[in-house]
Amino acid sequence: MEKILPSVAIGCLLIVVWWMLVVVTGSVIFPTPLQVVTGIWELSRDGSLWADIGASLYRVGAGFLLAVAFAIPLGLWMGWVRGAYATLNPIFQMLRPISPIAWIPIAILWFGVGNLSPIFLIFISSVFPMVVQTTAGVHAIERRYLRAAANFGVSRYTLFKQVVIPAVLPQIIVGMRVGLGVAWLVVVAAEMIALHSGLGYLIIDSRNAGNRYDLVIAGMIVIGLIGLMLDRAMRLLEGHKLVRWRYAR
Amino acid sequence: MPAKIAVKDVSKSYASDKGPLHVVDSISFEVGDGELVAIVGPSGCGKSTLMNIIAGFDRPDQGCVSTDGVLRTEPSSRGILISQHGSVFPWLTVQQNLMFGLNGHPHEEKEALADHYAEMVGLKGFEASYPHELSGGMLKRAELARALVVKPEILYMDEPFSALDALMNLRMRNELLRVLTEEHHTVLLITHDVEEAIHLADRILVMSARPGRIQARFDVPMAHPRRLSSSQVQELREAILRELGVEGD
Ligand SMILES: Nc1ncnc2c1ncn2[C@@H]1O[C@H](COP(=O)(O)OP(=O)(O)O)[C@@H](O)[C@H]1O
Ligand SMILES: [Mg+2]
Repeated sequence: MEKILPSVAIGCLLIVVWWMLVVVTGSVIFPTPLQVVTGIWELSRDGSLWADIGASLYRVGAGFLLAVAFAIPLGLWMGWVRGAYATLNPIFQMLRPISPIAWIPIAILWFGVGNLSPIFLIFISSVFPMVVQTTAGVHAIERRYLRAAANFGVSRYTLFKQVVIPAVLPQIIVGMRVGLGVAWLVVVAAEMIALHSGLGYLIIDSRNAGNRYDLVIAGMIVIGLIGLMLDRAMRLLEGHKLVRWRYAR
Repeated sequence: MPAKIAVKDVSKSYASDKGPLHVVDSISFEVGDGELVAIVGPSGCGKSTLMNIIAGFDRPDQGCVSTDGVLRTEPSSRGILISQHGSVFPWLTVQQNLMFGLNGHPHEEKEALADHYAEMVGLKGFEASYPHELSGGMLKRAELARALVVKPEILYMDEPFSALDALMNLRMRNELLRVLTEEHHTVLLITHDVEEAIHLADRILVMSARPGRIQARFDVPMAHPRRLSSSQVQELREAILRELGVEGD
């Protein structure tokens, strides 16, 4: 409780400053905090806010889970098999710095303007950090553990199940946290392009349909809050007993 | 009958910036079945390098190692290495660690065996604990038990107790001696602690500074339990220290 007190204080201060600035400058377009709160209330009452949140979460969920299912086996394989790493790593290093936004035209070309495009964009944006983290995790397994496993002559299955995967799990979770964060950034951008639902659409639509900046800022705040909640949820995973060893001592 | 462990003319160099680093220099010795042989030598003289070769993790540049007359080129669960830095898997509980090397047993049998050895080394009640919840001494016990549970013929112990405080070190030596009276093992023990070697070993080999070679051999004829303050022990200790270039007082 005491730890969040300073952030709450700063938050309140910012709201006061924001409010004063709007009043002092006499802006007619930029909303006051009260107008934003009223905006959020309005949106949630007619149900459109929940529909937009649901649409965005659905896209993030689908793209992110696909990326997890693809990235973790691939990352384990690249980390374990030297040839796979030598071949694929340069390609990933080249694809990784391309902003997911740059993929939008290709996404529309391949998948049209339905749900598949943002799902593809989210997949593209979250798959790279997860592959890289998983691979790095395998490379970071200490040799003494691999030697111990070799000493007991266990099967490949046991080696992966009891040594490699648990050893890499903390890194996988870090990768998932980064991946989900990027996914949430990207969904909003993707929805601004052509879709007719989602939080990104809410923002663009509010501006286009009569400069409703109260709703624009309401959308931004909701995005921030949900992003925070997603990150918190991923942090909960870091406290799971299977990975607690990594953070002990 | 061939010796349990036969080391013949083993040499090893590592490449370094300043040319090859000659670490192990034509070392030969044998260890009989059920014998406990200790190798003492100054730090950095190549003891761990030699041990890794004998246990099958590394290849010598020259010479060979055989166990029971069979050339050893790979690690095997018939000889378990207890490494200097410890290799108990931090992501598994004590019981899971002890069950790790047990292939092909039914699950209940594995559990029973694991619990039996946990009790033997004094870890009863800690089966469900994770390594980060154990003290250094308990961690060593877990490592010892994990090795014992697969009933190896040979234990390769690389400075197993050197990270422990003096009191715990002494206790672990006594524990080891007690365990060895219950089970039949051949032990190759590496240490830099002369007193530990005299306390435990049937024979002591003294290694020179790098490049390590066997510089002297001593028998330890005293019966167990050994009184470390006895004059016989003190004389032997001084003789070994003289070989190591440290004059006794
Ligand atoms: N993989 C390696 N590559 C290069 N040098 C090594 C390697 N392993 C050990 N050495 C060097 O070999 C020497 C002996 O090391 P080690 O066998 O660990 O000694 P000890 O166990 O007797 O303290 C040291 O100087 C060490 O730096
Ligand atoms: Mg060493």
